[in-house]
Amino acid sequence: MLSTRALVRGLQAGLWRRVSTSTSALAAHGHSSAVDVVDCSVPQYNNRLDTPLPDIPFITNLTPEQKTLKEKEKDAWTKLSKEEKLALYRLSFELSYAEMKKGSDEWKTVLAGFFFFLGFTGLLVWWQRIYVYGDVPHTLSPEWVEKQTQRMIDMRVNPVHGFSSKWDYEKKQWK
Amino acid sequence: MRPPEIMFRAALRLSFSGARSLTRSRPQYTAPLAARCYSHGKQETDEEFDARWITYFSKPDIDAWELRKGMNTLIGYDLVPEPKILDAALRACRRLNDLASAIRILEAVKDKAGPHKEIYPYVVQELRPTLSELGIPTPEELGIDKA
Repeated sequence: MLSTRALVRGLQAGLWRRVSTSTSALAAHGHSSAVDVVDCSVPQYNNRLDTPLPDIPFITNLTPEQKTLKEKEKDAWTKLSKEEKLALYRLSFELSYAEMKKGSDEWKTVLAGFFFFLGFTGLLVWWQRIYVYGDVPHTLSPEWVEKQTQRMIDMRVNPVHGFSSKWDYEKKQWK
Repeated sequence: MRPPEIMFRAALRLSFSGARSLTRSRPQYTAPLAARCYSHGKQETDEEFDARWITYFSKPDIDAWELRKGMNTLIGYDLVPEPKILDAALRACRRLNDLASAIRILEAVKDKAGPHKEIYPYVVQELRPTLSELGIPTPEELGIDKA
């Protein structure tokens, strides 16, 4: 009871107060820096291969230098330097197509984690075999199995294709 | 500007007609009307399709929304747009003072070509006069073609 109340208090302090804060201050960028506060009632920026031109540019709050660059964009583009053209691209788009399509090395981490936990489980199973399981029944001891096998041969278990068919009754040995 | 319903209907018709590439580098397959399995209506030819889109992007007072809508729709089709259409779109970007979108369009075309690596260089080659005239760099020139 007390712990759940503390949990609710914690949530209020951490998340809910931020949610209730006006998002205008956070809407400086195309996507807000506090990622868990996304205003879905206004157009959002997105990086998608099938949507080359998203609803809004990535950066909407321009510094004065960026604003002058935007003014320069209204003039002939041949007058822009390569860096300026690149800067204009990055104002509008967060990720280029190449960056969107680039994979990550996450699969290596996943595979490593998988093997690690598999190995750890193996250790646990081994420990369990040693320290938890008692002795195996006496009917699995070599002496007992020997007598059992002889008995199975004597009573001709599965003589056609199975067990006894592998025993050579003349030579009294396995075929 | 065409009302969206007509464009969507046209898009649906095109999607039923199967994969087509409108650039000359792939062999064209145009079947006679009777062989197509439509429920009704006649199929728009490639030339009509191109003309429609060129008209769309050539609107002198096209606005930013129309440019975005047009490009996103065009990229949604199962084809690589003809250089003529892209030329009209790039010029629309110029009218809207939007260099970033022009570069993005080129990136999108390269992505649309998929495994057919010969399409994008052909498109850039066809658009080279426009690119030089308007001062639009290719993604390769800016170095954003590599992540």
